[in-house]
Amino acid sequence: MPTEDLAVRFDRVTKRYGDHTVLDGLDLEVARGERVTLIGPSGSGKTTILRLLMTLERVTDGVIHVAGQPFSHMPGRTPGKLVPASERHLAGRRRRIGMVFQQFNLFPHMSVLDNVVEAPVHVLGESRDEAARRARDLLELVGLADKVDARPTRLSGGQQQRVAIARALAMRPEILLLDEVTSALDPELVAEVLDVLRDVAHRTDITLLCVTHEMGFARDVSDRILMFDGGRIIESGPADELLEAPTEERTRAFLGSVR
Amino acid sequence: MWDGEAAVAALPTVLEGFGVTLVATVLGFAVAAVLGLALALIQRAGPVWLALPVRGAAGFVRSTPLLVQLFAVWVLVPGLDAPVLGVLVLGVHYATYLSEVYRTGIDAVPKGQWEACTALSLPRRRVWRAVVLPQAVRKVLPPLGNYAVSMFKETPLLSVITVHEMVHEANTYGSTHFAYLESFTLAAAVFLLASWPTSVLVRRLEARLAH
Amino acid sequence: MADFLPELGRAAPRLADGLLVTVEATVLGAALALVLAYALGLLSRSARPPVRGAARLVVEFFRGTSLYVQLFWLFFALPMLGFRLEPLACGVLALGLNFGAYGSEVVRGAVAAVPRAQTEAAIALGMGPALRLRRVVLPQAHALMVAPFKNLLIQLLKATPLLSLVTVPDLTFQIDQLRSSTGATAASYLLLLGLYFGLAVVLSLGMNALERAAKARAGQEGGV
Repeated sequence: MPTEDLAVRFDRVTKRYGDHTVLDGLDLEVARGERVTLIGPSGSGKTTILRLLMTLERVTDGVIHVAGQPFSHMPGRTPGKLVPASERHLAGRRRRIGMVFQQFNLFPHMSVLDNVVEAPVHVLGESRDEAARRARDLLELVGLADKVDARPTRLSGGQQQRVAIARALAMRPEILLLDEVTSALDPELVAEVLDVLRDVAHRTDITLLCVTHEMGFARDVSDRILMFDGGRIIESGPADELLEAPTEERTRAFLGSVR
Repeated sequence: MWDGEAAVAALPTVLEGFGVTLVATVLGFAVAAVLGLALALIQRAGPVWLALPVRGAAGFVRSTPLLVQLFAVWVLVPGLDAPVLGVLVLGVHYATYLSEVYRTGIDAVPKGQWEACTALSLPRRRVWRAVVLPQAVRKVLPPLGNYAVSMFKETPLLSVITVHEMVHEANTYGSTHFAYLESFTLAAAVFLLASWPTSVLVRRLEARLAH
Repeated sequence: MADFLPELGRAAPRLADGLLVTVEATVLGAALALVLAYALGLLSRSARPPVRGAARLVVEFFRGTSLYVQLFWLFFALPMLGFRLEPLACGVLALGLNFGAYGSEVVRGAVAAVPRAQTEAAIALGMGPALRLRRVVLPQAHALMVAPFKNLLIQLLKATPLLSLVTVPDLTFQIDQLRSSTGATAASYLLLLGLYFGLAVVLSLGMNALERAAKARAGQEGGV
């Protein structure tokens, strides 16, 4: 695949915390508009991939490319050499990427509307009126039009997570990262969040990378599923194939444990 | 300008004052530690007719300046030596801080501990001595250490009732030899040298007891 | 006592002046302390080790050398270096430096207590370091600062009588004059303690209201 058609490319990416290696020379390519789900036992490095992409962590080795350009690194003084990206380099580029967190991480000191309006106004420089109009549309999309003035702490977990989705979409990201977005929710609240995400997946051509234990959701939205174990991809394939007929024993064991 | 010889000459006087400062801190803190515990226990477990006035009085002492308290007691209570009176006033003032520290520590002992004691029919004395206070100590030691350091830095107040502690000595030396710069800088250095390591120790203690 | 009340009446204007000086020293000292607390507290969380180290050094110095020595040093020793400050300026400077150093620990602690996840959410929205601090971290940290700041403010008020030792005509200074002119020692000091207690209560109530407002703004429990 030509690199400009790739939304994300991990080039031999290694991530270590002290002596502990989480990712070991990982190669990974995600096409524009592709929906990819990462599955695997906890501690297998799935969430680390999302956190590296969101620049919440820095790579130990290797380079991450986004939209065909170096992302974790930038050109150094010597032509052809890449050096770790500066905060300024990252600031300009991470706007392409949005993220929804397991624990929602809404800003408790702002109303629901202000949570969604904050970044478009202060990061993208949109006018407040325009940003608020769009925020209301997005909150309508996630079914929370009546909660615009509420404080996040007054909402249920499912409602908070739907606000977080609207907040991420307000930045018009090309790539959306979903990090176990239903894991912190009570079972009866999971469906409302997944329904919203299915809706987003069907209505837009956004590139999706998600980490989840919800196999039904993974099957509905993903083009491709990657099975992780020990910091490596041990199996990958179209959603139906991988879920129905996994070839690896470890994948079978994992799928058996989450169903 | 700074005069090295004057500083060397002032050093013995300042250090002599430091000895007094140290003794006043140790004695004052002993008074505060014991009286503070008594105040906390009265407020926590004493009869209401005693607990309420004690709380009010402690609040008053805590909210008014130590300097004014020293002046007032010095003038109103004749017959006591200045150092004794200073240590007592310092001790009582800090006892009102420490009683809050003790109260917080006691409140931090989980309710289940009290319930277990009731279930075992332990006598009240035993509950406090064997169960509650030993557990409260962990919470209480670091803030006690911090208050000891801040009491140390407040002892110069005793100079207003003619106790010859370090700042008093530095002041006297400074005025008689016209060497304020040297004598007060020395006093500042001695405070820093004594209180910084102590603060570091307290922080270590805090980190260790946190587990 | 019979002589005291008329004397008190005659001295009232001077006492009012003294009260004003005490309030002035408290307010100016607290304002300076607040500015220093923010500057030193934020600098001591800097990513650059030299900046962080320098901030820590300043904080440890002013915490470690005792307010009393700092005040006397500014009043007696600084003139020997050729700088003479007004007594009130010495007092405000000493209060500001000393309590600013203590306050910086409050700012540092409160900023550190805002969950890391809040910063991560802000990064995920493309917010840069300054914007994150201003829009996300500080508004939440403020709610945690008010209660410890209240204690420091009361401590600062209680430290202001010290200024009378370097000839600042504050409340303590004026009442001490009243005491020596009337000989009514007990009444004078009781009045003085009562006035400080009243000031402390007023400050306390004000800060409590501020704390409720800050918590409500930060979206914490107990808020509206």
